[in-house]
Amino acid sequence: MEYLKKYPKLFQWLFLLIVFFALCFAIDVPETYKFIRGQAEFVKDPNQSVYFFLGKEVRYYAFDVFWRLPPLLGWLPIWINDSLFFLMNEWMPMEFWNEDTQEFKTRPLLLEVSRNLTSFMTFLIELIREILLGGLETIVAFTSWDFIDAYPWLELPGLPWTIVAAGAAILSYKLSGKGLALFAGLTMIYISIFGQWKPSMQTLSFILVAAPLSFIFGLGLGIAAYKSKRVEKALYPILLVMQTMPQYAVLVPALVLFGVGDHAAVIITMVVAVPPMILLTILGLRAIPPEVIEAGRMSGCTNWQLMFKVLIPTARRDILIGVNQVIMVCFSMAVISAFIGAKGLGFNLLLALNQLNIGLALEAGLCISLIAILLDKMSLAWANKQTDYFGNLSFYQRNKNVIFFAASFVIGIILAYVGTFIFKGSFNYLFEIPHNKGISTADFWNKGVDWIFDTFFVYIKAFNTWLIQDVLQPMRALYLRMPAVATLVLAVGAGYLIGGIRSALVVAALTLFIALSPWWDRALVTLYMATFGVVISCLIGFTVGTLCFQNKKSAAFMLGVCDIFQTFPSFVYLIPVMMLFGITDTSVLIAVIVYATIPATRYTIEGLRSVPVGLHEAATMSGVNKFQRLTKIEFPLAFPHMMLGLNQTIVFALFMVIIGAFIGTEDLGQYILKALSDKNGAGIGLTLGICVAFIGLIFDNLIRTWVEKRKKHLGIA
Amino acid sequence: MSETLIKCESVYKIFGENAKKMLEESNGNVDAKTFQERGCIVGVNNASFEVAKGEMLVVMGLSGSGKSTLLRCISRLTDATGGKIFIEGQDLLELNNKELIELRRNKMGMVFQSFALLPHKTVVENIAFPLQIKGTNTEESISRAMEMVKLVGLDGRENYFPRELSGGQQQRVGIARSLAVEPDIWFLDEPFSALDPLIRKEMQDEFLRLQEKLQKTIMFITHDFDEALKLADRIAIMKDGIIEQLDTPANIVLNPATEYVRKFTEEVPREKVLIIEDVMDASSKDNLGDLKVSKDEIIENVAEKILTQEKLVGVIDSNNNIVGSIKPSKIIDTVFGGRKNGS
Repeated sequence: MEYLKKYPKLFQWLFLLIVFFALCFAIDVPETYKFIRGQAEFVKDPNQSVYFFLGKEVRYYAFDVFWRLPPLLGWLPIWINDSLFFLMNEWMPMEFWNEDTQEFKTRPLLLEVSRNLTSFMTFLIELIREILLGGLETIVAFTSWDFIDAYPWLELPGLPWTIVAAGAAILSYKLSGKGLALFAGLTMIYISIFGQWKPSMQTLSFILVAAPLSFIFGLGLGIAAYKSKRVEKALYPILLVMQTMPQYAVLVPALVLFGVGDHAAVIITMVVAVPPMILLTILGLRAIPPEVIEAGRMSGCTNWQLMFKVLIPTARRDILIGVNQVIMVCFSMAVISAFIGAKGLGFNLLLALNQLNIGLALEAGLCISLIAILLDKMSLAWANKQTDYFGNLSFYQRNKNVIFFAASFVIGIILAYVGTFIFKGSFNYLFEIPHNKGISTADFWNKGVDWIFDTFFVYIKAFNTWLIQDVLQPMRALYLRMPAVATLVLAVGAGYLIGGIRSALVVAALTLFIALSPWWDRALVTLYMATFGVVISCLIGFTVGTLCFQNKKSAAFMLGVCDIFQTFPSFVYLIPVMMLFGITDTSVLIAVIVYATIPATRYTIEGLRSVPVGLHEAATMSGVNKFQRLTKIEFPLAFPHMMLGLNQTIVFALFMVIIGAFIGTEDLGQYILKALSDKNGAGIGLTLGICVAFIGLIFDNLIRTWVEKRKKHLGIA
Repeated sequence: MSETLIKCESVYKIFGENAKKMLEESNGNVDAKTFQERGCIVGVNNASFEVAKGEMLVVMGLSGSGKSTLLRCISRLTDATGGKIFIEGQDLLELNNKELIELRRNKMGMVFQSFALLPHKTVVENIAFPLQIKGTNTEESISRAMEMVKLVGLDGRENYFPRELSGGQQQRVGIARSLAVEPDIWFLDEPFSALDPLIRKEMQDEFLRLQEKLQKTIMFITHDFDEALKLADRIAIMKDGIIEQLDTPANIVLNPATEYVRKFTEEVPREKVLIIEDVMDASSKDNLGDLKVSKDEIIENVAEKILTQEKLVGVIDSNNNIVGSIKPSKIIDTVFGGRKNGS
């Protein structure tokens, strides 16, 4: 009794667990139940029954409601599909002028809008692509094919790679300094020499279109949300879901609305990249000291002047950090949207992985990683750059970067011209090194992989078998063995114990949505893979973080490493693991662990660092040793922040598990991948994406609520 | 009394959702406690006063006393919940947005506790900012801003960014910025509170020098009673949104109106605050000794001289006319005695 009074929370949790396990044991696996593989859900089955909801046919199994809830939401994907189809093909027919046939034609509004948007995006992408690579589509867009036939010299020649490389280096120098300039130059030269120039520039042109557009929309919406509570309230749930939605799930509806290709990818990239921009804009504007706003008002600013002359310049850094986020999201989307036919590095990577040509994949992956690091460092340098005063500098000093660029432009053109004489009859390497005509080390890597396989095959195989048979399979069976009711009780109970009725209701709603969708089993498999990854990531991350924290230099070094790894698009992580472990669940899990360890480590170090110096000194003066200080002071205080790290770890792990479907796992991601090639996949893809997002949100809600309470309790909110 | 520039008539500022309705229901009889029970916080409670042209009114109060809120009502950074505010006879609350902006662009300047400089602009650009907002062309606004730079003694640093300046220098920029449009009314919201004591004293002296030259109408907010005594023509002491007493420094020290005000005055060295005129006897002008002192002299400066006298000391005005007398014992009485009853 005394214990009960002393630790009421502990006993509440124990009670919850007892109820949970009691339910698990009380409810038997129904005889008819079997884990549904592959297409089973869509095939007629003797156990299956059919009912109609709002005129839609929905099939389901004879369910034991304690064991699995019936898929009452089975109509949702179908309904989404039908609505999309209706919107695209039937809704609001209107007369539109058709240029080609010179007459009015009746078309549904949305179809016309989507067509126009598509052609506009295509035009933008082509324009930038042709500036970088050359071509004639842009000229044609303004004139006609006949015109270009008559004046073939009008074709855009494209910039020689030397000029782009010099441009990147000069820009880096202006933003940061010699180090970054050197890195930029070397990266560009590497890309060119290894024959990745064309796909890299395609990817770059994709970013150059998507990022500025996302920035403008994000900034605009962010300002609107800052100004109006109502807009903010309307945006908030969307922002929340988009944060935990796997990027790859939004690709599917894009297919339906905009078709296949770069333009669809750009539009959908904007959908993903705008939310972080909105969040950071709001954050930045909110962080402005009220007195600065008052100073602006007292200077007699109109609302417009206040926004553009006071607020936005003052929030400059946060807004530019938003730009950094936008660029990084655009880049990772540029890679992933290879699935819906975007050209560029991602497409090459996908191709190489599909052919199991690890060497080629590695080269493309390295290219992607280098560009990612470069873009990240450049945009961060821009954000951290202080405005300089240059009124008292000479003309040369003020414009030296422009002058240097102009000079390198001329030199580049001369070099390209000279190149035509040197490389007569073959490719002009000083102008552009064609794809796959540069140096390639693919063979070397492929041999390396073969060698690893030949040499370590036995060990890897043994490890693989052990992991799958003795750890993963039983764990999966345990997760699938959970009756739906028990899971619900556990989730809702945890919600109630952590955040009261409000949290319990939110968690219940999110869990119910997944339970009522036709993919509960898949969600459990996703969850099991994510849990496995998260547990190991946290163990590694917390240990490594704590160890590195002991020394200032190693802590800074580790944070730097985390920074770099975090910039890589998640897809890239699949390359090395496939190299070592082939196509198995183990590969995915290892990729998950590597990827999810990043936030775990980072937040551990940051959390430990944030412990106030005063407390350290107080602890030292009371004579604690290093270990006591760590366990008695640093861990308890850093724990809330570390829990936020856990939250991020879960989101990262979920993302990677979903992308792992590419290698072939049995979770929700597999269905998203399948939906990509399904004509009617939009609804399924979106619903699946929401399911994954909700898994993330359940944990997000629980952890955040707990952290807020804890921080308030500790007085460090 | 010269002409009135700012006039407040029972100004209220109440934060909360139904503030306006509750204020109307209460008939101007606002009790902070009952309001708080119903979810409203009273910022300013029935403030009425006038500020004459060229006068410096210091509003003194501890944090949360509503002094900054009062200032923000008068600059209309927040809208008062009730009452009337007149600037040069014009009802401030009646102004529309455009007129308000015009008023701020031409008549008002404000200095902030945290300086509130724009981080992306240099010193001179910061100072020129209100002018540029107004639409003055660049050349003119910069040359005007340069005058201001000289006025506050920052020459040579005009191209620095705020991040490169010390706190005192930053506040000089803030002061220069608020003066750039040559406002009639100058609001200062705890301008020196964020500074170190030594710098603060230096800035106060600098401020007095400026005011001597410019003769602005000033509302100065502070939580420092000594600062208020040093600078003010008149002091308003606020507590819980209510102005407890509004009077000249001498009268506040000599006749604190409430217990709350008395607590502040207890520790004040009177000889440093009071001038001869405050303690002299205006009725007896006979039997004077040889020593004459000016009525505007601070007691501390002449106390030693007066205390060596045995006869009455004559008090003269600036035209050397005798306006009163003072007994040496009165000095001792003022400095050491009578604290309890405040006379």
